[in-house]
Order: sequence, then structure tokens, then C-alpha cells
Amino acid sequence: MRASAPRWATDLNSATIEAAHAALGGALTHATELVGEVQLHVYRDNLVAALTALRDTPGLEYQQIMEIAGVDYPDRAERFDVVYNLLSVTRNHRVQVHVATDEDHAIPSVTGIWPVAGWLEREVYDLYGVLFEGNPDLRRILTDYGFRGHPLRKDFPMTGYTELRYSEEEKRVVYEPVQLAQDFRTFDFLSPWEGAEYVLPGDEKGSLPQAKGAQTPLSADAIVKADAAQTPTTEPKASSEPYEKSTAESSGDTGAGKPHPHGTPEPKDPDVVPTPNADKSGGQNQ
Amino acid sequence: MTQETVAPPAPATTTIDPFVDELLDTTSAAEPTEGDVTIQNYTINFGPQHPAAHGVLRLVMELDGELVERIDPHVGLLHRGTEKLIEYKTYTQALPYFDRLDYCSPLCMEHSFVLAIEKLLDLEVPIRAQYLRVFFAELTRISNHMLNLGSHVMDVGAMTPNLWMFEIREDCYNFFERMSGARMHHNYFRPGGVHQDVPLKLLTDIADWLDTRLPQLFEDAISLVADNRIFKQRNVDIATVSREDALAWGFSGPMIRAAGVPWDLRKSQPYDVYDRMDFEVPVGTRGDCYDRFMVRVEEVRQSARIMKQCLAEMPEGPIASSDRKVVPPKRAEMKRSMEALIHHFKLYTEGFHVPAGEVYVATESPKGEFGVYLVADGTNKPYRCKIRPTAFSHLQAMDFMSRGHMLADTTAILGAMDIVFGECDR
Repeated sequence: MRASAPRWATDLNSATIEAAHAALGGALTHATELVGEVQLHVYRDNLVAALTALRDTPGLEYQQIMEIAGVDYPDRAERFDVVYNLLSVTRNHRVQVHVATDEDHAIPSVTGIWPVAGWLEREVYDLYGVLFEGNPDLRRILTDYGFRGHPLRKDFPMTGYTELRYSEEEKRVVYEPVQLAQDFRTFDFLSPWEGAEYVLPGDEKGSLPQAKGAQTPLSADAIVKADAAQTPTTEPKASSEPYEKSTAESSGDTGAGKPHPHGTPEPKDPDVVPTPNADKSGGQNQ
Repeated sequence: MTQETVAPPAPATTTIDPFVDELLDTTSAAEPTEGDVTIQNYTINFGPQHPAAHGVLRLVMELDGELVERIDPHVGLLHRGTEKLIEYKTYTQALPYFDRLDYCSPLCMEHSFVLAIEKLLDLEVPIRAQYLRVFFAELTRISNHMLNLGSHVMDVGAMTPNLWMFEIREDCYNFFERMSGARMHHNYFRPGGVHQDVPLKLLTDIADWLDTRLPQLFEDAISLVADNRIFKQRNVDIATVSREDALAWGFSGPMIRAAGVPWDLRKSQPYDVYDRMDFEVPVGTRGDCYDRFMVRVEEVRQSARIMKQCLAEMPEGPIASSDRKVVPPKRAEMKRSMEALIHHFKLYTEGFHVPAGEVYVATESPKGEFGVYLVADGTNKPYRCKIRPTAFSHLQAMDFMSRGHMLADTTAILGAMDIVFGECDR
């Protein structure tokens, strides 16, 4: 890895995957190492047992839960991923535990293992609507009192549905539906050669169903592996070296020694466009 | 602070609270001994407009007389939807949002994000850029601790040290202005390096400042409170946290070090050139507010030490990666090179594409572990960017830390936590 990201004990990754297989057993669907980080995918129902094992098994010892993150993949059957980021201060190692769920199926709460999970689960519930079974205090935490909806879902608009202002007439803050003075400006800057999915106005005829565009071909993991495999070579010079000066091979390239193509003499100052009576009144640029 | 509710009235038939029953005449009160006053619990709001709440924190406190029985912190009053906004911005456009998270230590917020992007891109950063990042991250740490230490002593009643430490903070902000052009929201760390090189005069000025003004002002200010009887009475043995509690409650940074766990991401998981730096990690022994204060005091001295070492070792060289698919070319280059112009245009409109992958990158911000869980899908915008704030886990511990303490101690506890709501609420 060439990046200067935090260097923890990544050499323990493969040993961790083996130990996790042994300690978690059937609770584990699969375990991978991507971009130098271990991902353990766990069945929802076995989550508490799995995380307890990760905390208490000698050789794993993840004492701290640093983070619970929700991710929304609306195309999947179980659209939410809940990611638990664990940290071992004795082994200096981190691991991600992934659990998949949908709107209806609750994830068992881990507040019994780490009390700090209380607010972290509340946040995932607030922003994604993922339910946590056994959390004693599953209220909203970040959004407004009386907020509706789960704002970090991909189908929730960035502008939201309501806006608030102070009403001078009613002497209080009032909520109103969002009114945008102009359309929300999202520019699709993806290169059309890489298959942008929009249709330009007037180009609807050509809008046959297309495959999703060719995105960046490699995954971050593949790049890291490729770098590890190949020995570091000398970096090529910056490609934007200004003005690669080349010499003309023949006079045919430059037109040197030939009469001017239009048969008119070249003006003395190239910026001055000659007028018919230039000798009397000067150039029009004067 | 306003009194919000009195104990709720109970139905006449139940006997929830003997005092309520007495009020409702359902029972005959036992003879109270002379001079006794029956105290009932009451609930008060601390904040969200209280100066000692360090921003927009609302604490719903249940008090038994002056003793805190329960605290329910209400956060989210500064929620701006940063994570949602980032999903709609390119990586370059998302970077300034990080300045606005913890606006007292903006560069350390940027640090996690650029490191996460670089980890996904597997991008190498020139060594001078790494030194510059470490150097200014430590200056940020000093500036952050000046604010926190100053407001902590002011929360428990001292005034002068805060004014003196604001002098130092003002100096830091002047340096930041000369570094990036902005006093608060620098947008200086970029994927691949830093935005621009700093003039030599700035570095020599900071070197002079580290030798003269910082130690004079800082040691003077600390000498007023560190051994002060009143300050110790307000802080020693207030809100002691054991090692086990600190681990279970997800503490990090000065909070976990004060509890006696020598855990510093700069040492254990070094990023940039922290592995070359020679510094010590202060650790507390009792885990109380005084320890948390003194850990930060020592961290300021260690940060100054790191900065001096950076100045001594910092090499000349490029300050950003030469990978033109990520780092835009400089203006002067654009004037003469068509390719540079194209790169500049593409990078500031479409932005660079980050290969698909998921990383969790955490750095040691002045307040603790500040992490970014970044999910990239191969396009020019993050698919998901989860920000792990330090304050979220610390503030959650407010309840058990202040239970049984006096009402006036909550300001000391809160001050020693070092919470900024831009980061907590995102």
C-alpha cells in the first residue's frame, strides 16, 4: 500500500479471518479482505453471539465498537447494510462486521455488549429506519423533533419535504412544504463516453436501453493488490509537461520557403487586420 | 436554566410517591421531624442556549435537590445533513464540509477524509506534503486545546487563563490565514497532498513563536490553574471513569488516555509521517476531570515538540502528487499547456473517479478518534460517507459520568469532554 493512511496491524488480517471462522462458525456467511480491511458478513439473527465472540475470544479481542454505519442499497432485496466497526486496542486491529436487513426486520441490539451502541443504533434508526430489537431507547436523535421519514435513504430527496421559517404573523416557527425558487441543479458530469445514463433533449430516439456505463474499471482492492504484486517502478514524468517541442522533418510540414497561401503579404503586426487603405488611416484596431 | 416540570400528578388511588400521596391527602403524612424539608425531584433544561453548554446542547436533567439523578442529552440541534450533502457532491466539493464539522480543529477533520480517499485510490503523497500535514495538524491541535482548556477553566470559574490562551489561539489563526488564506475553513489538505506550499517566512515565524510566545503565554496561563486549590476542588475526583468503562463506552483521544489507557492513533496506527515523530503520550491515573485537563495540557507541549521536529526535518520537494488524474495542475501550468487545461477543467467539473471499495479510516483528532467510513462505487461521488464523530460516544457517557454529582459539576464534566456540536450533530 502506497497511501499514507493509518497503518495498523494489517498483517493480522488473514489470521483474523481464520480465527473468526473458528470462533463464529455458522454465524458467518463469508469473510473477505478488501483494501486491506477485513469484512465479516454475519447473519442477522446471530449478530449478538458473533459480536460477543469477537469481543471475548482470545486472539480476537475487539474491545471497542467505534462506529455503526448504515448503508442503503435500494436495488437489493435486503436493502440496508449495517456496518459495525470494531477496534482491538491490544492487537491494534480493526474489523468491519456487516449485517443486511430491510425496513421490516429488526436487527438485535448490541447495547448489552457495548453500552455506547445505544446512540449509534439510534442514529441508524433515525437516518435509515432500521429497527433494533432490544434497544431500550430507540428514539430519533439527529433530526428535528417530530421529523418524518428517514433522510439518508437513497429515495429521500436531498432537499427534504418541509422547510421552516419564522412567521412574523403567528410569532412562531412554522413548517411549510419545500418550495424551490429554481430546480435543484444536479449536473451529471460523468463523461458521455463512459455511458452517462441521461438523454439529451432532442435525442430521445436514440435512447435505446443501454447497459450501465463503464465505470472506473478497477476496484480499490484490485489496485492495492496490483501495487503489492509489482515492484515499485519509477514514476513516469507528469504527462502534462508543457510543450513537447518537435522539429519539423521537412519543409512540407511547415510551409517554410513557400509563398504565402493567399498570395498576400503578411501583416507586420499579426494582431492588426489590414484594411484596403491601411497606409492612410492605419489599422482598424487603432 | 428554567424549571420545566414539577413531579407529575399521580392518580389519587395509586401510591407511586408518598409525597404525592401526601399532597393528594390519600395517606396521612407521618409526623415530619422539625426542620426537615421534603425535597422532590424536579427536571430542568440545561441549554440549548446556555453558555456552558458549548453550543447547542440541551441536557434534560433530573435533579434530587442539587444532585444529578439522570441526564438525557438532546443533540441534533445543529444537524445539517452533511452526510447526505456529501453524497451529492464530488470528492473535491465534499472536502470543505469537513472544515465545518469540528470548526475548532478543521484540518484534523480534513485529514481523515483525504486519507480515506487516498487509501481507496492507493495514492502516494510526497514526503513534504506529509510533513506539512502533520505540522499543521499539530498546530490545529494546539489551537483546539487552547479553546478547550480556556473554556474549561472558565466553566469552573477562572477568567484570566482563558484570555491568555485566546491570545495563542489568535496567533494560530493568523498562521492558518497565512497558510491557506482562510482563518477557519481552510480546505487545505487535498487528496494527494496539500493545496499549496507555504512560504519559508511563515515556517520561520512559527518556529520563533514555538520558542518564545507559546511557552510564555501557555505556561503562564496553566500555572494559574494547574495547582490552584479552587480549580482542583472543582475537578479532582469529578466523574472518574475506569478503564473498562472507557473501553465499553467507546472513548478515544484524551478521554481514554485520562482513564489510563495509553492509546493514541498517532503512535499505534501512524499515518503520514507520524511514525518518524518522537513524542510521548500522556496518560492519566485517576480518570477524573483534572486528568483529562492535564492530559490536554501535556499534549500541547508534545504537539509543539512534534512541530519543531517537523521544521527541522521537513525536506524540499513537491507538495502534491504528480498524478494528474487526481491532483489538478497549478494555474501557471495551465497557461502554457493544453493538457493541463483539460485536466484542470475535468477535475473541477467531473472530478476524479474513486475505485469501488469500502474503507474506515480514523485519525487522532484533538478530541479523539475521528473516523470516516467511505463507500465508493467507482463514480466521482461518494456512495456513502459516514462520519464517526468523537463527541457522540463521549456525550452519551454524560449520563453515567455525572450521576450523583452536583449540578455545578456538570459544567466541569462537559468542559473536560471537549465537545463541539458541528461535529457531533453533523
